[in-house]
Amino acid sequence: MIKMALQKDLHGSEGLMTLSVKQSVNRGDFIVIMGESGAGKSTLLRMLAGLEAAKGFVEVDGEVWQDEKNRLPIQQRSVGFVFQDFALFDNMSVKENLTFVSPDNPLAEELLEIMEIEKLRDRSVLLLSGGQKQRVALARALMRRPKLLLMDEPLSSLDPRMRHKLSEKIKELHERFGMTTLMVSHDVAEAKRLATRLWFVENAEVTEYPLDYLESLEYG
Amino acid sequence: MIDFTPFVLSFKLAFLTTLILFVVALPYAWWLSQSQGKYKPLLEALTALPIVLPPSVLGFYLLVVFAPNSPVGHFIESLFGMKLVFTFTGLVVASCFYSLPFMVQPLQNGFESLNRHMIEASYLAGKSPWQTLRYVALPNIKPSLMTALIITFAHTVGEFGVVLMVGGSIPGETKVASVAIYELVEVMEYGTAHIYAAMLLGLSFLVLLTVYVYNHRRKNRLGMVV
Repeated sequence: MIKMALQKDLHGSEGLMTLSVKQSVNRGDFIVIMGESGAGKSTLLRMLAGLEAAKGFVEVDGEVWQDEKNRLPIQQRSVGFVFQDFALFDNMSVKENLTFVSPDNPLAEELLEIMEIEKLRDRSVLLLSGGQKQRVALARALMRRPKLLLMDEPLSSLDPRMRHKLSEKIKELHERFGMTTLMVSHDVAEAKRLATRLWFVENAEVTEYPLDYLESLEYG
Repeated sequence: MIDFTPFVLSFKLAFLTTLILFVVALPYAWWLSQSQGKYKPLLEALTALPIVLPPSVLGFYLLVVFAPNSPVGHFIESLFGMKLVFTFTGLVVASCFYSLPFMVQPLQNGFESLNRHMIEASYLAGKSPWQTLRYVALPNIKPSLMTALIITFAHTVGEFGVVLMVGGSIPGETKVASVAIYELVEVMEYGTAHIYAAMLLGLSFLVLLTVYVYNHRRKNRLGMVV
């Protein structure tokens, strides 16, 4: 169970605004976060990961990550994070990207296999295609067996076929590792495939919508 | 017979300066690249000063500060038993000030050009800033590292004003190649001056060529990949 009540001043598309989030997340939820560009979706993920300072409170399974007095450093938060631009360690091979995070070799091999990149294990990540890079990034994000998986538009730079394939992989990882996942996305079809809950960031607030709302987005 | 002692001194000086500056400037440049503090511009300006300052001005101030009758000079002499004026040790310390920006700036630029998310991914992997520097940041700025090391070395070999002010021209101690050339011309020994000068010219060119060839090849190699 994750409880959060966060506020942060942002320079949004309509001047200064205070993004505020008051939500709770249950173990196993797959929450897709939608909303316009610049609404603060990425900021929400970054605040949870500790990459950006914010006022307020975050508690994960009874452990306080942030309150008025303390902020748990990034390094100590049980978070897996997938960036839109992959952000792999360019000086390392595929496998090294995983084992740098944690020397858990069996887990690294298992993840390489799930992501179907075991044949690429010794290749420099500079030599990979976009789809391959994002597979590595996904595998890397799970190497610390995080409680919370945060993904910031992980598939938006890929072509439609690869998006479909990788969204299946994301679903598989989420279920197999019993993850709690928050994913920012612009893609309605992707959201329909993956989401168990739907959040919208609009007017500087995070609001929950029923999943049915995706239907109206698709045909509206 | 030509005396190569000034060259040996120049290279020894440049080697030690580069080594010391690398150790000192690496964490400093890394910190500068990650910092958003309000004192950052002040520190950056101070670091860049030796680029714009006439070497004689820097040398003059260092001479004043290092002098045994100044508080700093006195302190260093009583604590470490080191004299910094007209000694090789003094030259090394002075060179570190003089060449500081040539080490710091390429490293800082390299670190700042790295993908911010890659650094964050390392923190998210539980790595400290120091581990991130060692295993992620530094291996990904090899051209900048190469530039920093080589330019610092070459720049120290080429220094003249600061060396003359702080070190004077004591044979075998502080008389480096650039100072030796100046003195040879003063006494009109153009033959030896020519040889020294040609050696410095050739060497400086080679050093720069190495840097550019290395960075060019690296770029081409990566270019083929992408």
